[in-house]
Amino acid sequence: MIPPAFDYHAPQTLEEALSLLDEYGDDAKILSGGHSLIPMMKLRLAQPEHIVDINALTELEYIREENGVIYIGGLTREVALEESDIIHARLPLVSEVLPLIADPQVRNLATIGGNLAHGDPGNDHPAVMLALGATIVAQGPEGKRSIHINDFFEDFYMTALEPEEILTEIQIPVPPQGSGGSYKKLERKVGDYAVAGVAAQVTVDGSGACTSAGLALTNVHYIPFKVTDGEDVLVGSKLDKEAIEKAAGIASEQCDPSNDLRGSVEYKRAMVLELTRRALRDAANQARG
Amino acid sequence: MIEPKTSKKICGMGHRMKRKEDARFLHGQGTYVDDIKLPGMLFMDIVRSPYAYAKIKSINTEKALEIPGVLAVITGETLKEYNLHWMPTLMSDTQMVLPTDTVMYQAQEVAAVIATDRYAAADGIEAVEVEYEPMKAVVNPHKALDADAPVLRTDKEGKTDNHIWHWESGDREGTDKLFEEADIVVKENIYVPRIHVASIETCGCIADFRPATGKLTVHLTTQAPHAVRTVIALVAGHVGLSEEKVRVISPDIGGGFGGKVPVYPGYVIAIAASVVIGKPVKWIEDRSENLQADSFARDYHMVGEIAADKDGTMKALRIKTLADHGYTDAAANPSKYPAGMFSICTGSYQFENAFTEMDAVYTNKPPGGVAYRCSFRVTEAVHAIERMVDVLAQELGRDPAELRMQNFIQPDQFPYHSPTGWEYDSGNYPAALQKAMDMIGYDELRKEQAEKRARGELMGIGVCSFTEVVGAGPSKDFDILGIKMFDSAEIRIHPTGKAIARFGTKSQGQGHETTYAQIVAEELGIPALHIEVEEGDTDTAPYGLGTYASRSTPTAGAAAAKAARKIRDKARKIAAHLLEVSEEDLDWEPGKFFVKGAPDKSTTIQDIAFAAYTNHPQGMEAGLEAVHYYDPPNLTFPFGSYICVVDIDKQTGEPKIRRFVAIDDCGNIINPMIVEGQIHGGLTQGLAPAMFEELIYDEDGNILNGTFMDYLLPTAVETPHWETGHTITPCPHHPIGAKGVGESPTVGAPPAIANAIVDALSHLGVTNIDIPITPFKVWKILKEKGVTNA
Repeated sequence: MIPPAFDYHAPQTLEEALSLLDEYGDDAKILSGGHSLIPMMKLRLAQPEHIVDINALTELEYIREENGVIYIGGLTREVALEESDIIHARLPLVSEVLPLIADPQVRNLATIGGNLAHGDPGNDHPAVMLALGATIVAQGPEGKRSIHINDFFEDFYMTALEPEEILTEIQIPVPPQGSGGSYKKLERKVGDYAVAGVAAQVTVDGSGACTSAGLALTNVHYIPFKVTDGEDVLVGSKLDKEAIEKAAGIASEQCDPSNDLRGSVEYKRAMVLELTRRALRDAANQARG
Repeated sequence: MIEPKTSKKICGMGHRMKRKEDARFLHGQGTYVDDIKLPGMLFMDIVRSPYAYAKIKSINTEKALEIPGVLAVITGETLKEYNLHWMPTLMSDTQMVLPTDTVMYQAQEVAAVIATDRYAAADGIEAVEVEYEPMKAVVNPHKALDADAPVLRTDKEGKTDNHIWHWESGDREGTDKLFEEADIVVKENIYVPRIHVASIETCGCIADFRPATGKLTVHLTTQAPHAVRTVIALVAGHVGLSEEKVRVISPDIGGGFGGKVPVYPGYVIAIAASVVIGKPVKWIEDRSENLQADSFARDYHMVGEIAADKDGTMKALRIKTLADHGYTDAAANPSKYPAGMFSICTGSYQFENAFTEMDAVYTNKPPGGVAYRCSFRVTEAVHAIERMVDVLAQELGRDPAELRMQNFIQPDQFPYHSPTGWEYDSGNYPAALQKAMDMIGYDELRKEQAEKRARGELMGIGVCSFTEVVGAGPSKDFDILGIKMFDSAEIRIHPTGKAIARFGTKSQGQGHETTYAQIVAEELGIPALHIEVEEGDTDTAPYGLGTYASRSTPTAGAAAAKAARKIRDKARKIAAHLLEVSEEDLDWEPGKFFVKGAPDKSTTIQDIAFAAYTNHPQGMEAGLEAVHYYDPPNLTFPFGSYICVVDIDKQTGEPKIRRFVAIDDCGNIINPMIVEGQIHGGLTQGLAPAMFEELIYDEDGNILNGTFMDYLLPTAVETPHWETGHTITPCPHHPIGAKGVGESPTVGAPPAIANAIVDALSHLGVTNIDIPITPFKVWKILKEKGVTNA
């Protein structure tokens, strides 16, 4: 549980951090909350030569709303999101996932940017962001660029971020009137990664018909999994039992979980089925008001 | 509730005194082994085997020795030069300290790196190159005795199989006969899985050998410092470690639970390193090492059977067990009890006869198994009997509480002689179960369950009425490595009437500094706050066998009362001298002697203490102190009844504990608050194996959950609200009528929880689910029975 030697850098400005990343590239890792990186270093599974600690960049800690979009700084702590009135009022789906992420000690330090940038399919924010259609802002030597969340998770622990880039912001469109969202997570104990997790976000019109749907899964696929076919079934439906059952069936069939100590493939598919039902039912009820 | 006999100022037995030790812990001023820093101290880290079974072809230390700060690499060959590469286990088996040719389990110690700091040591172990030739491991104990299984202990001359020992208790023929004649026989395979004590503090030591004096001081995470000192002297006498030159100090200990009873190879290597190098060497395990290599518990594969009459009268019990001890028998049982007190398995019930037998085998897993918060295999025994009673109830269509009531040993049958040879001291089992049933509202819950079942909902109620056997033990039967299992107290009263009391036990969180002080306060009337309690330093404390198996109160607690009474006897003589009357004319009340019929003519214990140093009678020795080595006449038998209510989510299989009532009887209570704390902690450590914990290995002997990411320990979130209560049935043979309590809840909780979950599914034909009962396990049953549509 003791890491090998590494060089530690504590940049005071974003420019300084970016220039360090530019200099060290693949040999550097960004330290934000550290709750994934430090255990990996202690187990010597990750052996970065340079740690770029961005915790001094407090300008990346914010939550604000402008013109129908919620802007969240990449270094914003989970606990700040948990305590944010904006999040509670505007993004009930995010509100629901927060207390299910790890445990309070972890959430005091862990950041939303780190949670997404780590690219771990077991993390809970990715499915939520997929369901909400968020946009990731990355800043690198060439300046800023926007990456739609649908294009962000590329492979197992691989995201669209370049080694020289820092995830500086998450942009989430505020769901319109008639929306609802829910996150369901089955875990073996508090602080565990999900056996299965389901994020659902829906919007209905005056007639009760679904006009948009986001459905994504945690820890049952090699990347955070957006259930596009399931979303297609929901849109245009009345979010009735039949539509929900069909979408849940698609989620359960299309995900690709692995056998492990959390359970068999069959069990995880069954849990995706049931949790999707529950998430969609709750999201639909919320949307209908 | 029994009223305390002493004032709040004296704070003797029965007072809810706050723990004296807590101030230093709450202020972060506890001193654990890793807090101790000695000048010139070196650090040790250990290379561990990635394989469960492999030949060591070579160990190359060159690159490690090139790392700045690395001073030495110790291998089995190094230790062999001093004949220290093997050591005995507490069960008189043998264990490698470091291997010279073969590794026998994953995470076994292979070599040790000594360095000037911890970081260099950690880099050093990465740089040691070990070439292995893996062999096919024996992992499944059921296959360990197959004819084609490789013989693992080739180090033992003439060994031709993996069998360790056969043990039996009770009357085989008589029991078999009752089974043949019985109306009803029920049988069930029950596995109590391999788990880990997982104490907050891992194991470690500082070995500090001073070449100039020849004195070795070992600061050690041990529950039994005196026994370890003797073991060191016996094992390493040939290299000059004579017992008077060995001092073992067990400082504050962050939880032991039986895991800090054994002597681990790391201790021996650190001692050898310090002796050779002549500097203090610190070794502290990290969490993964602790979890993967040390102190497993349980791992009993049992087949239980009960023979009964149609009317539910239980006639006979039979249990056959296969015990997986891993690479060597490193259990920590009394010498004559290789299966511990497993034969308490007839539990709280009257059986005409019983027979239990056990075979222990070697496998390529870490050695053990320690008595994890249970008095030597009582957890396994209680799980077997309490599950089997429910299996019988299910077969008979009887209510499990009612069936227990029918078969309980009755209060007027004590002392009760069990068919396996125990003499139960005292008990009132019906009263404890009735109290638990009343507290939880048993009859209403059964009604609710019937209604829910009719609606297709899953709810279960589980009962467990356990009997423990603790306080080892009487010297005629109990020893460890030949040392009798007495324990000791030494009390010295200072001239100002304050006292210091020292013991052969060692608290690891039990609160001895408070409870022992309360016992002395009860006997002498000196306020408990004025009594300093010390344990753990073999240079100052009287010899004793340490703290485990709920033995401290039954042995050292008794010694405290006995030593205090010796002091009171002398105090009476001094009081007679001071009051100028004869001893017979004096009466005692806590804190003072007074003249019979003239209560205003009195002298306090403080006055007497002062006189013992300033004005003692001519011809009497000065001072006021006593020592007592207590040899208990019998063991003690705490008991209790627990009832658990669960609701199960039909779709996900999640069992949720709705209520849990625990009624405990530990005899007379020294400190009710500490007893409650013990019960809360123990229940949580019973919940853990019931629903979360198990060390899991693959077919090659690789551990699959060697970190807390996957080795699941419940937190406050998973822990239900414990509802506790008690009955009091004093121990008739203990000086203060106490029995010991630390382990009852760990022993009683798992079957209560398992019984509740099985009860919720019993109408589906489910008769047993092995612990830990996880949502995944329950879901598989629901799926198979067609109950879930997920």
